Amino acid sequence: MEPLSWGQILLAALQQFLPVWVALIVTFALSIRYKRKLALYGKLFDSPVGMIGFAIVMFWVFTAFFADWIITMDPLAQFSGSKNAVPGSALTAPDPDAYTHFLLGADHVARDVFSRMVMGAREVLKIAPAATLFAFMVGITLGLPAGYVGGKLDTVISFIANLVLAFPVILLFYLLVTPEIIVIGIPTYMAAILFLFPIFFIGILINSRYFTNPPQRNLYLGIAMAICVWAYIGLAFNADPLGVWGMSPNLLNVFVSVVFVNSPGVFRIVRGMVMDIKTRDYVAAGQTRGEGAWYIMLWEILPNARGPLIVDFCLRIGYTTILLGTLGFFGLGVSPESPDWGSTINYGRKLLAMVPHPALAPALALMSLVLGLNLLADGLREESLKD
Amino acid sequence: MLKFVIKRLFVMLLTAFALTFIVFWLTNLPPNLEKLAKSEAGTRISDAEVGTWLSENGYDSSPLNRYGQWLGLLPGWTGTAQNGTPTGRCLEKDADPATAPRFCGLLQGDWGQSSVFKLPVSQVIGRSLSLTGWLMFAVMAVMVPTALFLGVLSGMREGSRTDRLLSAFSIASTATPEYVSGVVFIALLASPMSGLSPFLSGAGWIEGRTLFMGTATSAMEDINFWNFALPVMTIALYGIGYIARMTRASMTEVMTAQYIRTARLKGVGFRQVVVRHALRNALIAPFTVIMLQFPWLLNGVVIVETLYNYKGFGWTLVQAAGNNDIELLLGCSVVAVVLVLITQLISDIGYVFLNPRIRLS
Repeated sequence: MEPLSWGQILLAALQQFLPVWVALIVTFALSIRYKRKLALYGKLFDSPVGMIGFAIVMFWVFTAFFADWIITMDPLAQFSGSKNAVPGSALTAPDPDAYTHFLLGADHVARDVFSRMVMGAREVLKIAPAATLFAFMVGITLGLPAGYVGGKLDTVISFIANLVLAFPVILLFYLLVTPEIIVIGIPTYMAAILFLFPIFFIGILINSRYFTNPPQRNLYLGIAMAICVWAYIGLAFNADPLGVWGMSPNLLNVFVSVVFVNSPGVFRIVRGMVMDIKTRDYVAAGQTRGEGAWYIMLWEILPNARGPLIVDFCLRIGYTTILLGTLGFFGLGVSPESPDWGSTINYGRKLLAMVPHPALAPALALMSLVLGLNLLADGLREESLKD
Repeated sequence: MLKFVIKRLFVMLLTAFALTFIVFWLTNLPPNLEKLAKSEAGTRISDAEVGTWLSENGYDSSPLNRYGQWLGLLPGWTGTAQNGTPTGRCLEKDADPATAPRFCGLLQGDWGQSSVFKLPVSQVIGRSLSLTGWLMFAVMAVMVPTALFLGVLSGMREGSRTDRLLSAFSIASTATPEYVSGVVFIALLASPMSGLSPFLSGAGWIEGRTLFMGTATSAMEDINFWNFALPVMTIALYGIGYIARMTRASMTEVMTAQYIRTARLKGVGFRQVVVRHALRNALIAPFTVIMLQFPWLLNGVVIVETLYNYKGFGWTLVQAAGNNDIELLLGCSVVAVVLVLITQLISDIGYVFLNPRIRLS
């Protein structure tokens, strides 16, 4: 069979991504149609930078979602005789029912680079947003009281946060993401502590809102706490009796380390903003009305800090993606089979000068995702500053 | 001012103790020690033999105690080997036990022995730091002027075409971590199969097969442009975008200040206003950012030295961590932590020193 030219590769790749294009067009059409009713999200479509960023991010989100349809071959399958095949080359023994070409070539053990890159998006987008969200809940739960109450509480928490921030990230990863650490059980202990913060956050959030109406409060709080405790047992201890929630020890180790590294940064931002916002008149009004401290923090201050927090959230997902790539690049906490971008770059770099494509594809994919997130954050910042 | 510095120094010392203890504890976890025993005394030894080896080599006391010994605040352990000869932390082989010092730790200048390189840790780290020093110096020399120039240029006239172009570049560069830009640079400029090099060597414009060298190993002996430019560019690129954005933000803020408008209305030329009036105030904020960039540079150094095989500090750290070389990893951590803390201190003091509004209050 003939190898494909670059034009044909491009066409074939565009065709493979068909579900993504459809989903993107539908998303954009609906969003632009109803943008006046969609608050900050709708305003995003007034900013070209934000729209480009959003398109890139959603491209990868949909790619992760439809990955099973997009891939041309099994990302773990090895095709003998096609080691380091160049982009567009045909399989040596094509199966008539399956795809016949390596769109982006094959890697050092003859696996399809294109399919691995697509599957890698799923690996990254499974962890990065969730880890960032957890880091935000930890950072907010600690940052609100530290900024609002101040004093000794602030001194102690800030000291701990600065301690973590003073650690060079790579050193921390080399110490925290190792098989020995999993044997000792440190990730589980860290998860047991770190995952308490989201539960605490959600509990306080509901309680402070509805405590004037106990039956309603008890209902909401009961439901939320039941779900949280269920997820907690599953995620932190991998002991969910129903088997819905769960993380492998390796994944938990990576996840916890990334949350741990990210939380102090969020804490610092939240603390700084709370210290600024708590001097405003509406906070003083709330205090005079006799509102509780947690109500003021969560329902008066936090909503008014949402603009910068949303922007930082986007930037931080990008940063988390970079961190995950770094972990993969040093071969920490991932199985050698895993198609995630960092470890694919790591394996590709050994033959980089001779066979650049296996490392180049995931590298550019990672860069475009982070770039999309940065542009999205920029667009959001611009739009949220307008009002 | 003095009180502020003393307070900062105290917090810094406390942080240093806490961080080194955490590193010590994490590197001295029981599985790591077991691995060490197996690599030193033979891989096939039984669990009981591991226990004996550990107690004979002073690993049986509490982590806090050993941390004290390692720091040099507690007397080093002593014991007797199976054949009856006295052993101890501070005891050299075949030395007289009576003359051995009681304390031998970090504070006494004894950093231990690297198990990978079979050399004293201080020697390994000293050698690698001098190599990394050159890299850092080159990165700083490229990164800081470029970033400040780009930042001032784009912040000077907010919203202009130059501003938009440079901002786009900054965003793209902050989205490119070192392992991505490194891979792209090598594929474009240092690969005999792809990028520019095949064209250039085909046309006979370059002597070798590649334009730049894909490894920086030769730069350890002799630094030149062709073997050092890519590693330096790789580290600098990520930082340039970040510092440029900070400079731009600071510059736009200054350019809208009242005194700049006054100066313009008085008829001072635009160039004069930027250079004379705006620049000084606009560069206060980036100073802090540049200083706080050091910890991140350390990250970049580790990635780039691994990628380009330049055997400096980052490469040593990876070797130490990968081979369970506990003493060397501890040494590297101490250097890294101290470096980070000192830059934080300089940035704090420098900020107060540069900004009269904070200094006076």
